[in-house]
Amino acid sequence: MTLYFTREHEWISVEGDSATVGITDYAQAQLGDIVFVEVPPAGTAVDKGKETAVVESVKAASDVYSPASGTVTEANEALEADPSLVNTAPETDGWFFKLTLSDPSQLDGLLDEAGYKDFVAGL
Amino acid sequence: MSDQTDTTEQTGDDHAPLAPLALPLDAWHRAAGARMVAFAGYEMPIQYEGIIAEHLWTRENAGLFDVSHMGQLYVSGDGAAAALESLLPGDIAGLGEGRMRYSLLLADNGGILDDLMVTRWKSGFYLVVNGATKADDIAHIHEHLPEDVTLNHMDEAALLALQGPKAVDALARLAPGVAALTFMTAGAFTLDGVPAWISRSGYTGEDGFEISIPAEDAPRIAALLADQPEVKPIGLGARDSLRLEAGLPLYGHDLDPETTPVAADLGFALSKRRREEGGFPGHERIMAEREHGAALTRVGLFVDGRQPVREGAAVVDAQGDTVGRVTSGGFSPSLQRPIAMAYVPAAMVSPGKVVSLVQRGKPLSAIVATMPFVPHRYVRQGKPKP
Repeated sequence: MTLYFTREHEWISVEGDSATVGITDYAQAQLGDIVFVEVPPAGTAVDKGKETAVVESVKAASDVYSPASGTVTEANEALEADPSLVNTAPETDGWFFKLTLSDPSQLDGLLDEAGYKDFVAGL
Repeated sequence: MSDQTDTTEQTGDDHAPLAPLALPLDAWHRAAGARMVAFAGYEMPIQYEGIIAEHLWTRENAGLFDVSHMGQLYVSGDGAAAALESLLPGDIAGLGEGRMRYSLLLADNGGILDDLMVTRWKSGFYLVVNGATKADDIAHIHEHLPEDVTLNHMDEAALLALQGPKAVDALARLAPGVAALTFMTAGAFTLDGVPAWISRSGYTGEDGFEISIPAEDAPRIAALLADQPEVKPIGLGARDSLRLEAGLPLYGHDLDPETTPVAADLGFALSKRRREEGGFPGHERIMAEREHGAALTRVGLFVDGRQPVREGAAVVDAQGDTVGRVTSGGFSPSLQRPIAMAYVPAAMVSPGKVVSLVQRGKPLSAIVATMPFVPHRYVRQGKPKP
């Protein structure tokens, strides 16, 4: 399993051509209390860099972009009942959706954990 | 991930050309762990531990808000009451000493230039106006004052708000006598040796106080108040969610020059004598709207589902045409559901009416609610705290 990050503060965990996507701990801290998450249902085709999910905090709505293209295989239904999972466990139970990658080579330009840490430190 | 909307930051003065200024309590906020944002031309605390926690703490205990960005003005001179009555629709002449009134600065066409509080002090009137509009307000008032009436901008004063059911316990410990105040009354007190003008008022729907003190004393007094066991510092984020639950409009969002007192459902700000006598800007139009209704009226909305609806969402009719707009919206921490304020046509105004909304292309449904969403808990005359 390999973990990648985007400069837009999403993470994507990849195993073969299957991947799980969420937002980073830094992102949830910036957003504050999360009250609503809308994730695409299974079967949705998603494109790298396109708005794929919506996350709403008390004060703002934000788009979440898919770090890679593919087809959604599962949405995290737990977020509907408890959106605050994104605050308490952004990189585990607070995942957004799983997908089958259509082009794993798209991952090449993403950051690794150390690279993302440096990126955030410079913000 | 990227911000689509950030209602709180939009709340500030979008046109402020200069770098945001620091308020007297800037260092204190940072030391208390605040996240600072630009708002109304100042660096202001948006949150400390988190908006929901701060919101709920204020509803149950007491929250300390720094509202020093707001404009504190003093209007004095023999004709001060008459001069203010030429700009506002409230009964200012009849305001007793230490009494305050919510009022509206009106344009010639009856549009709302700002909303404000007016209190009669011994020798004149103390006004608190919005931070983002204070420069325009000062210019407008100046322009319309007769020569014998003076307007002072009290820019050496800080303004704190202490809000919540336990605010009275915390403040009475430091400023003896404040418990005798009732809602919308004010007086001069001594707060740990500092001269303080304190009113029993606020912007949360809770009992509470607003405290005007010299800016130089503000850091010490803020620290002293925050040290009281009932008190935590509260940021602008919770200030916004608290006022939304209380059904209180926010200038620049729910009120602007395109809205009128009747459209904004602020008829209570039109004092009876002033309605009858007139003599305030827009009297004719406002009386006509009072008789026949305004084209659009501000209402509260309970939004179906969990997704907040924000400022800018459209109110649509059965054909999908835009007929109104959402002016404030968010997630209510007390009710655990999304709530909003919107301007809607007359046919949709009554509580229980279903209202269709469109936000970023997505249809949503809401029901007109009676405001406030969360009951006010003001301490009024003859109704002492149990």
